[in-house]
Amino acid sequence: MRFMMFMYPGIEEKDWTPTAEAVEAMSRYNEELRKAGMLLSLDGLRPPSDGGVVSFADGEATITDGPFAEAKEVVGGYWLIQARSKEEALEWASRCPGENCRIEVRQVFEREDFPQDVQDALEENFGG
Amino acid sequence: MTEAKRAIEAVWRIESARLVAGLARMVQDVGLAEDLAQDALVAALERWPATGVPDNPGAWLMATAKNRAIDRMRRQATYERKQEQIARETGALFAMERSDFEAAADDEIGDDLLALIFTCCHPLLSREARVALTLRLLGGLTTPEIARAFLTSEATIAQRLVRAKKALREARVPFEAPRGAELDERLPSVLEVVYLVFNEGYAASGGEDWVRRDLCEEALRLGRILAERSPREPEAHGLVALLEIQGSRLAARHGPGGEPILLLDQDRGRWDPLLIVRGLRALERAESLPGALGPYSLQAAIAASHARAIRAEETDWVKIAALYEALAQIQPSPIVDLNRAVALGMAFGPEAGLELLDQIQGEPALANNHLLPSVRGDLLKKAGRNEEAASEFKRAAELTANERERELLLARAETLA
Repeated sequence: MRFMMFMYPGIEEKDWTPTAEAVEAMSRYNEELRKAGMLLSLDGLRPPSDGGVVSFADGEATITDGPFAEAKEVVGGYWLIQARSKEEALEWASRCPGENCRIEVRQVFEREDFPQDVQDALEENFGG
Repeated sequence: MTEAKRAIEAVWRIESARLVAGLARMVQDVGLAEDLAQDALVAALERWPATGVPDNPGAWLMATAKNRAIDRMRRQATYERKQEQIARETGALFAMERSDFEAAADDEIGDDLLALIFTCCHPLLSREARVALTLRLLGGLTTPEIARAFLTSEATIAQRLVRAKKALREARVPFEAPRGAELDERLPSVLEVVYLVFNEGYAASGGEDWVRRDLCEEALRLGRILAERSPREPEAHGLVALLEIQGSRLAARHGPGGEPILLLDQDRGRWDPLLIVRGLRALERAESLPGALGPYSLQAAIAASHARAIRAEETDWVKIAALYEALAQIQPSPIVDLNRAVALGMAFGPEAGLELLDQIQGEPALANNHLLPSVRGDLLKKAGRNEEAASEFKRAAELTANERERELLLARAETLA
């Protein structure tokens, strides 16, 4: 099973760049995940103003550049891990050296999780 | 299962191997270490539902195991025991009271875990025993889970585990990770266990019990742990590379009815790109280390050649044939030759493949194997020798034990007639 752990750092954009201390603690944690053989991938994200948002209304796409005053919580980074249960993923997330932040743990869909008709659609459109 | 119990189980899964490893270093007996760790788990199951999981559950479990060990040793009447046992237990007790777990350096914990892997995979144990003990102590799998994964009875696995621990105790196998020449000598028996675990999961079809399918993920996890902790061993990275790339094909290996799909017929869009990238990176690490490529690295390089081809027609068969030749040199086997014949046929035309098949025709290991006539039939068909090809397919059909495969082979013979 795979789980995506989204980090919501709970800081303002001007404080986005982490301190050396915080990076060091986080690196230790990442290393622990790696040494446990469960880390598949991870990344830290630049502040939202370096990115943008595409929103859709009735199928119409609108691009908005940052910063986003209304976005209270934005993703600061993610880990993709392999775990044997949701509880194990949650336990790993709770070991993250966070101060004031939130980590959302989400299980990745596997093909078998979909109903048969969705699986068939995947087969037809992306197979072959 | 209650929520609290599931949370404890998750902590256990994360901590148990390190706990057993740390305890085994002190008591120099993995069987005793496991009993002590189990005592700590029982204590956690009693306490944590009320108190909540402590901040540092690993340290809590270790301290509890240590206390239980001391209690246990004090409770036992000394006069009943042999001198040597008393000496060992006193030594262990002394080591326990002195050692400070929380202060133990990360490296040391790493070494303990490595020592546990090597002890579970000790060459004095049978292959089956090594696999069971590794899944039990490093994977934290229960006896029923191991039995389900290997389609055997709980009693068989339980007995296998008991005997393995007894054998290690009686042989007084020191609890340590081997170094230098001994490491090179013992590494293959560890890699073999990881590979066997993976293959057991790989052999399971999509619809089967999760315990069986999860063996692949567990093997990958064990392989990565091993490679992280022995970074200078090219074959550890080679094995990880092989498993990541083979693992990338898991979703593409079976059709909707569970029927196997051959590599060249697989829908490559279903191959997991993340695992492919991870596999290629692990292979690069293996290749960057000094020395010629070992058998796992070579197999990984072959798997990587397939993974790099976006379409089956783009496969670099010349390279694959050369890799099989290198593999045949260090690990000669008729099956490797058979694969090499296929690669030669793809790279240089059917005659090149047939020439090699003629050389291995008399191999006793292939006498009743349907693959030999099946591959020969393929090559003959490509050479336009349809009549001979048809009779080879018929012969292969007689030899295969798989009903679906038999039908397929007979159908091929039919179209050539």
